Amino acid sequence: MSGPSTYQPQNAFLKWFEARLPIGGLIHSSFVVYPTPKNLNYLWAFGAILAFMLGAQIVTGIVLTMHYTPHVDMAFNSIEHIMRDVNYGWLLRYLHSNGASMFFVAVYIHMFRGLYYGSYKEPREVLWILGVIIYLLMMATGFLGYTLPWGQMSFWGATVITNFFSAIPLVGESIVTWLWGGYAVGNPTLQRFFSLHYLLPFVIVGVVVLHVWALHVVGQNNPAGIEPKSSQDTVPFSPHATLKDFFVVALFCLFFAWFVFYVPNYLGHADNYIQANPGVTPTHIVPEWYYLPFYAILRSIPNKLAGVVAMFGSILILCFLPWLDTSRVKSATYRPLYKQFFWVFVLVCLGLGYLGSRPAEGGYVIAARILTAYYFIHFLIILPLLGLIETPRPLPNSISESVRQKSGPISAVAIALIIGATAYLAMPSFAYAQGEHDAPKPPRNKWSFAGGFGHFDQGQLQRGFKVYKEVCQNCHGLSLLSFRNLADPGGPGFSSAQATAIAAEYKVQDGPNDQGEMFEREGRLADRFPPPTTWKNEAQARQLYSGTVPPDMSVLAKARGYERGFPLFLVDALPFFAYQEHGVDYIVALLKGYKDKPPEGVTIPQGGNYNEFFPSHSIAMPPPLTDGRVEYTDGSPATLDQYAKDVAAFMMWAAEPHLEARKRVGFQVMIFLLILTGLMYFTKRKVWADVH
Amino acid sequence: MLGSTTGLPARGKGFAVTTTTAAEPTRRDFLYIATGTVGAVGAAAVAWPLINQMNPDASTIAAGAPIEVDLGPVAEGQVIKVFWRSKPIFIGHRTKKEIDEAQKVDPKTLPDPQPDSARVKQGHDQWLVLIGICTHLGCIPLAHQGDYDGFFCPCHGSQYDSSGRIRRGPAPANLAVPPYEFVSDTKIRIG
Repeated sequence: MSGPSTYQPQNAFLKWFEARLPIGGLIHSSFVVYPTPKNLNYLWAFGAILAFMLGAQIVTGIVLTMHYTPHVDMAFNSIEHIMRDVNYGWLLRYLHSNGASMFFVAVYIHMFRGLYYGSYKEPREVLWILGVIIYLLMMATGFLGYTLPWGQMSFWGATVITNFFSAIPLVGESIVTWLWGGYAVGNPTLQRFFSLHYLLPFVIVGVVVLHVWALHVVGQNNPAGIEPKSSQDTVPFSPHATLKDFFVVALFCLFFAWFVFYVPNYLGHADNYIQANPGVTPTHIVPEWYYLPFYAILRSIPNKLAGVVAMFGSILILCFLPWLDTSRVKSATYRPLYKQFFWVFVLVCLGLGYLGSRPAEGGYVIAARILTAYYFIHFLIILPLLGLIETPRPLPNSISESVRQKSGPISAVAIALIIGATAYLAMPSFAYAQGEHDAPKPPRNKWSFAGGFGHFDQGQLQRGFKVYKEVCQNCHGLSLLSFRNLADPGGPGFSSAQATAIAAEYKVQDGPNDQGEMFEREGRLADRFPPPTTWKNEAQARQLYSGTVPPDMSVLAKARGYERGFPLFLVDALPFFAYQEHGVDYIVALLKGYKDKPPEGVTIPQGGNYNEFFPSHSIAMPPPLTDGRVEYTDGSPATLDQYAKDVAAFMMWAAEPHLEARKRVGFQVMIFLLILTGLMYFTKRKVWADVH
Repeated sequence: MLGSTTGLPARGKGFAVTTTTAAEPTRRDFLYIATGTVGAVGAAAVAWPLINQMNPDASTIAAGAPIEVDLGPVAEGQVIKVFWRSKPIFIGHRTKKEIDEAQKVDPKTLPDPQPDSARVKQGHDQWLVLIGICTHLGCIPLAHQGDYDGFFCPCHGSQYDSSGRIRRGPAPANLAVPPYEFVSDTKIRIG
C-alpha cells in the first residue's frame, strides 16, 4: 500500500508465488517496513485495539449465531440457553455483549485522539471521513445487535429508534412500516435485524480496509502534527509499532476481562432480562451508554423532525470537520487556545452523555439544550474562528527535534482520556425505574457469592430451593431451569440421585402417546420445571391476581435492581469494591417490605398490598413468607429474614448458574493477562531501546 | 503472529552484534521466546471455548438419557421405530422363520462375520434391536424388504438380513446394536 515493494523472498516456492500474486510484498510493505513516526504515543495504539475488537466481535458473534434463534418466541430463551447449556456459552455471550461496549470505549478514545492532534487535516480528510462512516456503521450494528436478545430494552429501543424515521415528512410512516415489516416491531423486524446485524460487521471490515489503505497512503499523523521529513523521524512498523500495539492490546484485554468476568451486566440494563412485552413500556427507557450523548441531543429539541435532524447532524458534522477547522496547525500541543476548547468540548460530550441517562424533565432538559447548543457552536463557530485568531506556538523543525525537546507528559493526554472514558462509562448508572422515585433504597446484605472470589453457599441454595418449592412455585414458574441443574457443579450441590428424586415428585406433561392422548408422568432429570399449577395462562393469571402475571423466577434476580446513586454506582464497578448484588438485595427488601397498614395519605387499590420497596408500593402478591412457614432441617432460623435471603440466593443461582465458574476462570485469565502484559511491556522496551 | 515477531528484532540495527557474538541464547532472546510462548499459550486457551462450544450442549446431553420401551404392543413380524439420541432405533419382533434364517447362516461366509447370538440378548431371540442407520452413508433402511427377509437401504442398495447383518451392497458393516437391556420380559431400556 505504500509504493513498490522491496520484498525479495528467498524460498523458491514463495518467489514463484510472489511473481503471480504479490501478497507477501503487500504485507511486507504495509505491516513490516511501513514507516511510522517514532514519536507516536500510546493513544495511537487504539487503532490496533479497534482492529482487535472488530475481530473479537466477529468471532464471538459467528459462534453465538450457531446457538441463537431469531424468533420472537424463542430469541430470549435461546440467549438463556447459551448462558446455561452451551459449553462456555456464558463466556462467549458476555464477551460479545461487553465487547460492544469495549469497541465503543476504544473508538471514542480513537476519535478524541484524532480531534486533539488534528488528524483530520490535510492530507487525511478522506481517512477521517472513512472513520466517521465506520463509526456510523458501528452504531447501526450495535443497535441491531442490542435488539436480538429480545428483552424489554431491546424491544423498546428498537421501537424508539425505528420511529426516528417517522419524523421524515410525507413518507416517514411508510418507511417505518417498511423497516418493521409489519404494523409494529415484531417477528419480521427481529429476523431482518438479525440478518443485518450479521452483514454490517463485514461491511465495517470493508471500510476498515479502505481506512487502513488511506492511512498507508498519507502516513500516520503524530503528536507533533508535522509530517516526517527523513528516515530519522520514523521507525519500521514491525517490530516497533507491532509490539507497542500488542502491549496496549494486552493491557486493554485486562480492562475488557474485568468487565466480562466480574461485572458482566454492569453496562447493561436489568430490564433487558425481562422478555419483550409489546404491551408495557419500561418506565425509564435509556439506550446503551455509547448512544447517550446523541440521545440527549435528540430529546433536547422539542420538535420531532428537528430533534432527529440534530441528532444525525451531530454525527455528520464530523465529516465537515476538516474544513470547519481553519487552523493549519494540527496538534493541540501547539495550539494553546484550541487545547482549552478541546477539553471543554470533551466535558460537553460527557455532560450530554450524563443528561442522556437522566429522565427528560426539569433542569435536565435545560442543561441538555445548553450543551447541545454548545456542541454545534464548537464546530460551526469556535473552530472556524479559532484558526483565524489563534497564535500557534512555534512548531519544531522535525519529529526528531520534537522528541528531543519533549518535556515528558506524553501520556498525560492518554491518562486524562482514559480516566474520562472510564468515568463516563460508569456515569449513566443505568437508571433503573424500580425504586427510583420515592421508594427507599434496599439495604445491602452480605452475600457469599459477592466479590471476586464469591461462591454459593450450598446449604443456603438448598434452603432457598425448599422455600421456592413450598411457597413460590404455586404461582411463579422456573421455566428455564431443568431438574438436572440441581446437581450441576456450582449449584445447590444435590447429588444426581437426589435431583432424580426431586424430579420424580413433579408431574410433567408428555405425549401424545400411541392413542394420541397427552399424559402426565414423573419428571426426569432432563425435564424443565413444570409451569405453576394455579394458573393455566396469562389471561387467567391476570384474572386471579388483580391484573398481573406472577413473573417467572428463572432470571428475576438479574432482571431487578435499584439505582445506587452517585458516586456509589462508580464504586460498584471497581476492582475490590465491585458490587453486583442489587437484584438480590431488592428481592430481600421486597419480601420483608410488607406493612400491615399503608402510611397515612397512601391508599392502596383493591387487590393490592402495601410494600415499602415496590415501586408503586401497591403489589398484587400478598406477603408470601412469614416466620415458621417453611421448616428448616439444618438448624437455620425459620424466620422471614432467613427465608428471604435464602430464596434470593437461590434465585441468584437460578439466574446465573455459572457464576462460580465465571469468577474462577476470571481469576485465571487476569493472572495470565498480567503476566502477558508484563512480558509484552519488557519486550516492547527492549525493541525500542535503540530508538530513544 | 507472536512467533514471527520474536525473530524480527535480530534484523533491526544494533541487535545483530549481540546475537551473533553470543552462542548461547541471551537474556533478550529469552524474553522474546518467553513472550512468544505465553502469547501462544493464550491463543490456544482462547481457541478452546470457541471449539468446544460446538460440542453437544448440556441440554442435548441430558436429553440423550436412556429411554424405556414397552414391547408388549409389538406384534410378531412387526418392526417399530423409536428415537434415542435422535437416532432411529428399530425394534423387531422376529418370526420363527426369520430367527431360523438368521441362525442358519454360517457367519464365516458373511462380509462382517457375526453369529445371530451376538446380536440379540440371550433368551430373547425374538427381539432384534438395531440402530436403524445404514452403515454405508447414514440413510434409514426399509424393513421387510430385500432378498434376505431383513432390511433394504433405498439410497445405495445395501441389503441386510433378518439379524441386521450386511449381505450385499456397498455398506461395510452390520447394522449396529445399541446398548440396551431387558428390564422385564416385555420392557427394554435403551442407552
